[in-house]
Amino acid sequence: MIEKLAKILGYDGVLCTPEDLAVYSYDGTFAEGVPRAVVLPETTGQTSEIVKLAAEARIPLVARGMGSGLAAGSVPINSESIVICFTRMNRILEIDAQNATVQAEAGVVTADLQAEVEKQGLFYPPDPSSIRHSTIGGNIACNAGGPRCLKYGVTSNYLLGLTVVLADGRILKTGGKPIKDVTGYNLTSMFASSEGTLGLITEALLRLVARPTQVRTALAEFDSLANASHTVNAILAEGIVPATLELVDQTAIVCIEEAMHLGLATDVEAVLIIETDGSDESTVVREIDAIGRICRESGARTVKVAKTGEERDGLWKARRSVGSSLARKAPNKLGEDITVPRSAIPEVVERLRGISAKHGLPIAIFGHAGDGNLHPNILFDKRNPEQWSKVQRMMGEIFEAALSVGGTLSGEHGVGVLKRPYFEHALGTVSVDVQRRIKHALDPLNILNPGKMFED
Amino acid sequence: MELEKPEESTYLNCIRCGLCLAVCPTYREYLKETASPRGRVALTRKGLEGKLDLSPNLIEEMYGCFACMACNDICPVGIQPANLALSMRYVQEQRQPKKWKEVIFKGLLSKAGRLELAMLPLRLYEKLGIRRLVYFLRLNRLLPDRIRDLEAMLPRIPQRPLRRVLPEITEAHGETRYRIGFFLGCAQSLLFAEQSAATLRVLARNGCTVITPKDIECCGMPARGYGRMDLVLSQARQNIAVFERFNVDVIVADCATCGSTLKEYDSLFARDPEWADRAAAFRSKVRDVSEFLAGIPLKKPTGRIEARVTYHDPCHLRRAQKVWKEPRKLLSLIDGLEFVEMPEADWCCGSAGSQLITHYDTSRKVLDRKLDNIEETEADIIASGCPGCRMQLKTGLQRRGTPARVVHPVTLLDEAYGGGDGRQND
Repeated sequence: MIEKLAKILGYDGVLCTPEDLAVYSYDGTFAEGVPRAVVLPETTGQTSEIVKLAAEARIPLVARGMGSGLAAGSVPINSESIVICFTRMNRILEIDAQNATVQAEAGVVTADLQAEVEKQGLFYPPDPSSIRHSTIGGNIACNAGGPRCLKYGVTSNYLLGLTVVLADGRILKTGGKPIKDVTGYNLTSMFASSEGTLGLITEALLRLVARPTQVRTALAEFDSLANASHTVNAILAEGIVPATLELVDQTAIVCIEEAMHLGLATDVEAVLIIETDGSDESTVVREIDAIGRICRESGARTVKVAKTGEERDGLWKARRSVGSSLARKAPNKLGEDITVPRSAIPEVVERLRGISAKHGLPIAIFGHAGDGNLHPNILFDKRNPEQWSKVQRMMGEIFEAALSVGGTLSGEHGVGVLKRPYFEHALGTVSVDVQRRIKHALDPLNILNPGKMFED
Repeated sequence: MELEKPEESTYLNCIRCGLCLAVCPTYREYLKETASPRGRVALTRKGLEGKLDLSPNLIEEMYGCFACMACNDICPVGIQPANLALSMRYVQEQRQPKKWKEVIFKGLLSKAGRLELAMLPLRLYEKLGIRRLVYFLRLNRLLPDRIRDLEAMLPRIPQRPLRRVLPEITEAHGETRYRIGFFLGCAQSLLFAEQSAATLRVLARNGCTVITPKDIECCGMPARGYGRMDLVLSQARQNIAVFERFNVDVIVADCATCGSTLKEYDSLFARDPEWADRAAAFRSKVRDVSEFLAGIPLKKPTGRIEARVTYHDPCHLRRAQKVWKEPRKLLSLIDGLEFVEMPEADWCCGSAGSQLITHYDTSRKVLDRKLDNIEETEADIIASGCPGCRMQLKTGLQRRGTPARVVHPVTLLDEAYGGGDGRQND
């Protein structure tokens, strides 16, 4: 098999030493599984030939980008798997300024793509926090979000077309540059958040917008988490759509302050970080001023608006360092990404605190409050079996809390392996049945990332 | 014997987020996980936990790291993947010591005199000088044409090593305001003698009486890079003891690598009751030359340099010492000089000590990215405070036919002061 793969890719494109296999056994979670080989295709044609080979031999193929996933979607749980890693397909093929589109290969790093289009005054808004260490292909396969999604939408909102290698090796091209297209099923959308189970995305055509030139950022501290949550709704009710509306709870603030010493008040229950952007300075300023007023009316203890770029970076530093500050506290953290209707945020946060107290493990909460997307992070040590079993129970209870208020398991990370046990409960049997049929129609041999999303 | 190996706490909390992949020069060239910091941390952990053999392959991945430390800086959890890669090299040397390393790092490098002597009969090939290992590695793993390629582009070797030429005491011009100990590194002495001479002139011109001890040993970085931590410790002890003989306020290095290593002496001996205080006292005095000069009132240079100048941040200054504003500040003092920042000024140039020889292909790829960024500035002069970087950049620019000059920033300051001819009267 290695020989055959090397014939397609050259020996440089096939990895199979124990060391190579070990480092492709993980993603951004604690899950692990060692594959039998790793291949690094450089073209769609090579990808197609690899798939044909795998189909013939019935070998599972696990698609992977930079391995920053948080649901173990690209972990090769089956030891017979071949990991197909797209990092070497990293060319930006065309930036069409007139139609505001970019055609890029799957392995382009999202931040690199943004930097390139911004040179031409264009803007690709989706901004997952892994923006510098994740790829466009992975972003599409997980339909990545990020703070800016409140105003700008998620990855699939920018998807115009795809090149996908199907499970039999055929190459499917979907969509095109027209913004409107109702000719047939929307296959492009179907592959967004398909997690490598329906086809292998090798190229994407993405829609761009004009780059906003003005940004204003505010940080508001609240004595009451409920007030912070209500503020979110009050802002949106006034017809203002901020670019970002981020919430950080007290547990997380205390962790950040312990790690970073930024001078944050640790006796507040929550902070909101709010940003407005656009191309007209007076509008952006007026909006941030209005937001400041609404925050104070809703009970904010203090509201600070950044006056300089440096101050703005300072405000974001707190938000950006949440994940890392938590990681310093414990060997493992399990970050979930439940998403609930905005109005239910206070109730869910209360339930999350109850879950933490009941099991005696800390849960820090932060997230994109504007779109109801919360990241409860359980801090633990996986080597301690008692803690690990608690974590598994807590995970179930967190999902239950989200579902009970009309929310969903995952707003950004996807299902992968980690949320698989809760999949059917969340969606119901009819939905899962339809999805299984789609999967079977496209991948009858079940060689594309088997065991992800659905139980085998 | 119990191996000295990285403590569990130095790798256990890696959350495998992948942020380090974005900034790693070797990952960005090969685009495979094995060549990434996160990969090296995973291999370290699995190797030390016994889940993987400490195989030659695994150790080679540790030598694949260029130790630019960009990963150390970006890691949100505080893991230092570059340091782990170096520690694993030491683990390997304890398990299977290589005789040639004893010869090179203990025999040759420890004594400046021996190194200078070795330069003599090996004039032609040994002109690679700073790449002290070439003679050996050429036999081991290099194609001769690569050596010729590199060797042809090396700086002109000074007639005599600066160590032999410099007086032990260089008096300040006018009143002595600072007593400086100068750590004259091997590369500066053997290959960039004129630039270190310029450093001394600039110091003297600004009220420094400079003592240059002649019996220092190598700073320790080469031995550290090749996993001989034991030798680093003995070299550090010697250097600490040497400078204890002199009553100096500050110890200045004009080599980024030497400076960064000297600044680590305190952490090397943190748990050694006999040496901890002495090492800490030594460490507290160490400054890079640009760091020292930027912190004292300087005489305004009267000469002009009409040129477009850019600055390349050596990893051993920017990452290891957090010194990057200071050299830019010095350049801004020079009239006529137009400073232009290059994109990714702090991205590794690929020199990485001897890796430009042992990992020639990778080194060239990393260098190409740097050269593209340099060429974008259309600079006439590239300043950089590290001899390894300067050789690498000079080699690359010559290969591309770009006529730019590559110098230490303090050399430009010296020229603006009138250089060795004393054109600027004090």
